[in-house]
Amino acid sequence: MSDMTHTAKTPAGPVLAADGTPLKKSLNKALRLSKLRALALIAPLLIFVLVTFIAPIADMLFRSVENQIVSETLPKTTAALANWDSASGEAPDETVFRALAEDLKVAVANKDHTKLGSRLNYEKTGISSLFRKTGRKVKDLDLENGTDFKAQFAKIEEDWLDPEVWAVIKTYSPKLTNGYFLNSVDMQKTSEGAAFRPDNQQIYITLFWRTLLMSLAITSMCILLGYPVAWILANLPARTSNLLMILVLLPFWTSLLVRTSAWKVMLQQQGVVNDTLVWYHSTAVGKVLDPVVTTILNILIGLLNAVTWVWNLLSGIWGAMDVELFTYANMGFERLALINNVTGTIIAMTHILLPFMILPLYSVMATIQPTYLRAAKSMGATNWTAFWRVYFPQSIPGIGAGSILVFILAIGYYITPEIVGGTKGVFISNRIAYHISSSLNWGLAAALGSILLAAVLLLYWAYDRIVGIDNVKLGG
Amino acid sequence: MATRSTISRAAPWIGLVILGGLALTTGNVPYTLLGAAIGWFIGWFLFWIIERRYRQNVPTYYTAGQTLWYYAFRVICGAIFTFLITPILVVMPLSFNAQDFFTFTPEMLAFDPAGYSLKHYRDFFNNDDWQNAVRNSVQIAPMATLLSVTFGTLAAIGLSQPHVPFRRAIMAILISPMIVPLIISAAGMYFFYSRIGLQGTYIGVVLAHAALGIPFVIITVTATLVGFDNSLTRAAANMGADPVRTFFKVQMPLILPGVISGGLFAFITSFDEVVVVLFVGSAGQKTLPWQMFTGLREQISPTILAVATLLVLISVMLLTTLELLRRRSERLRGMSPG
Repeated sequence: MSDMTHTAKTPAGPVLAADGTPLKKSLNKALRLSKLRALALIAPLLIFVLVTFIAPIADMLFRSVENQIVSETLPKTTAALANWDSASGEAPDETVFRALAEDLKVAVANKDHTKLGSRLNYEKTGISSLFRKTGRKVKDLDLENGTDFKAQFAKIEEDWLDPEVWAVIKTYSPKLTNGYFLNSVDMQKTSEGAAFRPDNQQIYITLFWRTLLMSLAITSMCILLGYPVAWILANLPARTSNLLMILVLLPFWTSLLVRTSAWKVMLQQQGVVNDTLVWYHSTAVGKVLDPVVTTILNILIGLLNAVTWVWNLLSGIWGAMDVELFTYANMGFERLALINNVTGTIIAMTHILLPFMILPLYSVMATIQPTYLRAAKSMGATNWTAFWRVYFPQSIPGIGAGSILVFILAIGYYITPEIVGGTKGVFISNRIAYHISSSLNWGLAAALGSILLAAVLLLYWAYDRIVGIDNVKLGG
Repeated sequence: MATRSTISRAAPWIGLVILGGLALTTGNVPYTLLGAAIGWFIGWFLFWIIERRYRQNVPTYYTAGQTLWYYAFRVICGAIFTFLITPILVVMPLSFNAQDFFTFTPEMLAFDPAGYSLKHYRDFFNNDDWQNAVRNSVQIAPMATLLSVTFGTLAAIGLSQPHVPFRRAIMAILISPMIVPLIISAAGMYFFYSRIGLQGTYIGVVLAHAALGIPFVIITVTATLVGFDNSLTRAAANMGADPVRTFFKVQMPLILPGVISGGLFAFITSFDEVVVVLFVGSAGQKTLPWQMFTGLREQISPTILAVATLLVLISVMLLTTLELLRRRSERLRGMSPG
């Protein structure tokens, strides 16, 4: 196009198109048309995705801060509470109780008071029953002629005189709240502002830490196992490597539930792995080798425990969680606990996510010229130097792509930890599911989900910078 | 090393007979097989070392250490490949177990026909829960695939035009269902679909699955379109074909392999999906993976292994189809000029 505009300057008048309009104008029109046509082709899908996918995500983000229920159910009370000082240590005065009586009459008629009760119960236990009990007796209150509502409410339930209950109502009267987010990092709103929960109620920070550590462990396992396999696939003759590729692609294509159930079956107490181990210990080979293996294993565990001990010493200083020491192996006929714990989750998820590491690594390694390695060796490099200084740096993009992919997938996994993870081997996503379907604390689920989403989007952005979204390849 | 001596050829079989025969005296079938295999291996391995045949595969200048590493590396890789494939291979024979156990019974290991049965398959085909689940899966997955393939192909063609405003932003939005963790998608859809009354309906599940399948269609079809020669459509237009005719007669046949493999990806996404349907669906939309998930979490029954085996067979078929399509696509691309 720049050529066109350039040549258009040389003759006296502007260059005209066949229909007499200036060429520049007509070209711009054509460009606009082609842009419009492209957009028209994309529009249906874009609208579809916006409605079916982006809107739900936006809804979730909104729910994580939404808090209309208090001010909608108790409009007069919250207005009257504005003048009450929660630090006073006393229950509010008569006007507030009168407003509460009026609000509750309406709420009970609409059956809204139980919902409000369970909402506020997330913040202070006992409020739910307080609202339910009061709801049953609120019809006895006489709005026109009644006096001293404060005493009447106190008669229904002592707790109405508790300033802490009122502090909770006042704290949660704004339409938007950061309370769910505070909850999801083990903090709570108090009248003095945000504060950490008592130690015995802190679960989410630990859970986020565990999710992070386990995802990191799974990613490193995948690098460790995926690198040699990708290397051999990239360096074998095409015929052999295509055959071996099937061994990678078949698990990749097999249903996730199939692989999870296979691991559940294999890792059970009475499962294939444990049965094989027991049989092995009973054979002559096993009897000879067992003491040797046990010794080696125990030396390794001893080293790990030394590291853990130092870690715990340090974490005591900066307040992180303690890690349990590993128990020493006592090889014999006892069966290993491989399922319903962290081990189960890590084994099964490494297996499930390994193809996602191998495939990007392979596609990068296939482009590395073997001549570089030969050149390095011909110039006197040892095998190790040639690999470490020449081959490995070139394969780093593959490691990066695979690691981010595996990490993104691992951090949000739900099915596999739920089935093989027991209570110790679960991720933050299992907690989100619990809050949606069991505890019905949707706001907290949304807040936890938003934090997870932010983490994933950050990684996604990094992935885009390193690999590029357009370079996502499927199935090799 | 031109020819192998007769003794080296015979050694594995001699080993097989000796150790197999020794093990046969125990009268235990699995021990006999294992003994025979180990005997074969020892016989082969001895002469592989003695005749220095391990030198055949490595360059002559390799040191002993390098040769050792060369084979050790292959053994490590073999172990990893075993790790990858074992769970899938173990499930298959276990699904023919005559007992309700999840491990190989002594009868199975002895290859006693009484140890095997098709009862878990019979249970799968006669149980209403499982049959309903299959029916739901078969009703949901094709509809979701149809939706994502139709919209996805159109959009991919739009995205492949030379001038697309906000291309990166649009691409990011369209790919996002693949990147956002399923639990978050499921949570968001659960909240939003219950607001608009789609939660627990067939349409809701289909829409949700279609959204999840779209990135795969977009990625595969755009990848096919990269190799598409645009002068072909211009030539068709030149010869008087209108855009719709050009699309169906010229463009579609050429990008069809990409569309089909995108569709297969979308299909498998929906067919294999459990998290979203768990939240967006209700009991009436219980799909096969959902049924498996409940089975695994509550009362694990060996019928799951029969279902798993059938699903593995389906994925083998899908994998074969995809491979054939990929080859066809490469052939077509090689034929078209440019």
